[in-house]
Amino acid sequence: MAVLTYREALNLALREEMRRDPRVFVIGEEVGLYEGAYKVTQGLLKEFGAQRVVDTPIAESGFTGVGIGAAMVGLRPVVEMMTFNFALVAVDQIVNTAAKIHYMSGGQYRVPLVIRGPGGPAAQLGAQHSQSMESYFYHVPGLKVVRPTTPMDAKGLLKAAIRDDNPVIFIESETLYNVKGEVPEDPEFLIPLGRAIVRREGTDVTLVAYMGMMYRAMEVAEELAPEGISIELVDPRTLRPMDAETIIGSVRKTHRAVVVEAGAGFAGMGSEIASFITERAFDDLDAPVERVTGANAPMPYARNLERLKTPSKEKIAAAVRRVCGTNGG
Amino acid sequence: MPRTLLEPRFQVEHLSILDSEGTLDTALEPKLAPDELRALWRAMLLGRRLDERMVRLQRQGRIGTFAPLKGQEASQIGSVAALRTTDWMVPSFRETAAMIWRGWPIERLLLFFAGYLEGGQPAPAQHDLPVTIPVATQLPHAVGLAYAAQYRGDDAVVMVYFGDGATSEGDFHEALNFAGVWQVPVVFVCQNNQWAISVPLKKQTHSRTLAQKAHAYGVPGLQVDGNDVLAVRVAAGEAVARARAGQGPTLLECITYRLGVHTTADDPTKYRSEEEVAAWERKDPLTRFRAYLEGRGLLEAGLEETLDAEIAEAVRRFEATPPADALAMFDHVYAEPPAHLVAQREELARRLAANPAAPPADSDAVPPDATPMRGQRLTRR
Repeated sequence: MAVLTYREALNLALREEMRRDPRVFVIGEEVGLYEGAYKVTQGLLKEFGAQRVVDTPIAESGFTGVGIGAAMVGLRPVVEMMTFNFALVAVDQIVNTAAKIHYMSGGQYRVPLVIRGPGGPAAQLGAQHSQSMESYFYHVPGLKVVRPTTPMDAKGLLKAAIRDDNPVIFIESETLYNVKGEVPEDPEFLIPLGRAIVRREGTDVTLVAYMGMMYRAMEVAEELAPEGISIELVDPRTLRPMDAETIIGSVRKTHRAVVVEAGAGFAGMGSEIASFITERAFDDLDAPVERVTGANAPMPYARNLERLKTPSKEKIAAAVRRVCGTNGG
Repeated sequence: MPRTLLEPRFQVEHLSILDSEGTLDTALEPKLAPDELRALWRAMLLGRRLDERMVRLQRQGRIGTFAPLKGQEASQIGSVAALRTTDWMVPSFRETAAMIWRGWPIERLLLFFAGYLEGGQPAPAQHDLPVTIPVATQLPHAVGLAYAAQYRGDDAVVMVYFGDGATSEGDFHEALNFAGVWQVPVVFVCQNNQWAISVPLKKQTHSRTLAQKAHAYGVPGLQVDGNDVLAVRVAAGEAVARARAGQGPTLLECITYRLGVHTTADDPTKYRSEEEVAAWERKDPLTRFRAYLEGRGLLEAGLEETLDAEIAEAVRRFEATPPADALAMFDHVYAEPPAHLVAQREELARRLAANPAAPPADSDAVPPDATPMRGQRLTRR
C-alpha cells in the first residue's frame, strides 16, 4: 500500500487505465497542457500525447457529445468537467443520449463513458459552483453515479468506472483532493460499482453518509463513543445502482438510522434512503429515520454562512442522540 | 491605420445542375454511370412511395407518430450516395430514404415507428447511428465518430443530417467549432426545408444563408439546390472526398421543402399557404429527375409496382410481428441488469403470468366518463 492523496489516486487510476487500454482517452477543458484545473490529469499529456489527452474549446455539451459519439464506436472516453456544475449545460447529452441510446438502440450501442470532476460544497466557490450535482443524475435510468470518499475508493472506483460499459457520473470533491490515505498499488485493484462499505462497525445507530459528510460523521462517531453511543458508518460509494442490502442489513442490526447529505435535502439522497429503509425495514426500526441535510438555499459565498449551510457535526450528533433517545444524556 | 479590412471576406456558392424546369447545365452534369443513376432514382421513388404509405399507416393507427420526408428525397439520396458502407451515417428523425439506402430494412423502420426496440437497432456491421429525436444533439456525436476514426487512423467519413431549425441550437455551433478546430472528417448536411414546425427560416436566423455559418468556423460552406439530386450528389461527393483526404469538415445547405406535415401530429395549414406548397410542388425533386432519366432512356418500366410490392411485403411481415415482449422494458437500461431492475422485471413477469389472458395494463387515456376530481373543471360542449 502506498499513501497517496485523493488527487494522486485519481491520477494513478487514469494513468494505469490509459496504459492498459489504448481506447481510453481523456477529454475536457484544460486537461492537457494545464494538467487540469485541479491537476488530476498531471503528467498525462506528456506520457500519452495530445490525441489521448484532449484540450477542448469551452463547450461542455459539445465535448460530452463527442465523448458519447466516440464511446458508441468503441473508444472509452473519460470526460472531465472542470467542476461538475458545468455539466448542467450538457444535461441533454447526458440524460437524453448517454443514458438512453443503449436502450433505444435495442442494446446495439453501448456508451462506455466516464464523466468526472469535482462537485458538492467546497471552500467558497459560491452558489453556482457548490451544488451536490449527483441529485440531478441519480434519478435517470441508464446512468451510474459514483461518489468516492477516500483515496482508495477514488482509485478503485474510477478504474471500475472506466472499465464499465455504461455511462458513469463520477463526482469528486475539491475539498478531498488533498486528503491522504492508503491506496493499493496493484493495477488490477478495482472496487466494483454498486457496493457500499461499512466504514466503522457499531451497534446502536446506522449513519449513512458519503464524501465530506462521511469524514464529519466519523468525527461524530468518535465523539459520541464515550457517551456510550455506538455508531455504524455506512458509505454507499455508488449512489446508482445503490447497494440497499448493506444499508438495510446494518439497520436490521442497529434498529436506528440517520442519513446525512450535504445537498439541499428536498427529494435528495436522504429522502430515498430513508424511504427504502422505511419500506423494507419498518418493523426493525426503534425510531423514525432522521435526515440531516444542507439548508434548502443556494450555497452562500460568505465563509461564515457557507459553514452554516452544510450539516455540522453538532446537527449530526443531535440527530443521532434523538434517534437513540438520549438527547445529549 | 485604425480601421483595416481583414482578409476573410467570403462568398457563398450555390450549386444547381438540373433545375425545376428540367434545364440541365451540361458543363456541370456529373458523369455518373447509368446503374448509379438508376439506383438514385429507385431510392428516391422508394422513399416517396414508402413515405406516403407510412403516413397512411399512421392515420390508420398501425404505426405511431412519423416524420415524413416527402420533397426531401434528392437532398437525402444525393448526399448519402456519396458514402461508402464503411463510412458513418448519423440521422436525425426524417432520414427514412437515406436510412433505406444504408441498408435498414423497411420492416425494421416500421417496427421502430411502432415502438419496437429492435426497430431502432442497426445491423451489427452497419455503420449507422440510430434515429436521433432531440434536435441537433447528434452533431457532436458525429464529431465524436470522426474523432474516433482519426484516433484509429482509418479513413472513414461521417455524414450527419439535421434541419434548418437545428442550426439555432448550441450543439450545432459546438459541433461545427470542434470539427473546424480538429479538422475531422465530417460532412454536415443541413436539409433546409424552410420550416421548423411552424417557424419559418426568417424567424430562425437573420443570416442570408445557412451555408455561410460555416465560414465563421473556418469550414467550407456550400449551398446547393436540394431538390436537384445531381447537384447534391456532386456537392456531397466533393465534401466526402475532401474529408477523406484529411482536409476537414464541410457544411452543405440543401435548399429543399417539406411538402408534407412536420410529423403526423402536425397540421401545416395553420401556418403556411396552399400557394407556397403548390409553388414547391412544381419544384418536386422527382419530377425533374424522372424527366432527365426519361431523356436518357434510363427509366425502368413497372418500377413503381415493384416498389409498392416490396413495401406491401414489408408491411405484411411487420404486421405479423407479435407484440413487443413486455419484459424487454428492462433489457437494455444498462449493459448488465442491476438488482433493482431484476426485481422489477420479476415482479412484472409474475403479474403477467398470473393473468396471461388480460395483461394488467391500464389505458393511458382518461375515460370520458371519469368522475371529475376537485380542481378539475368539467367541460361540456
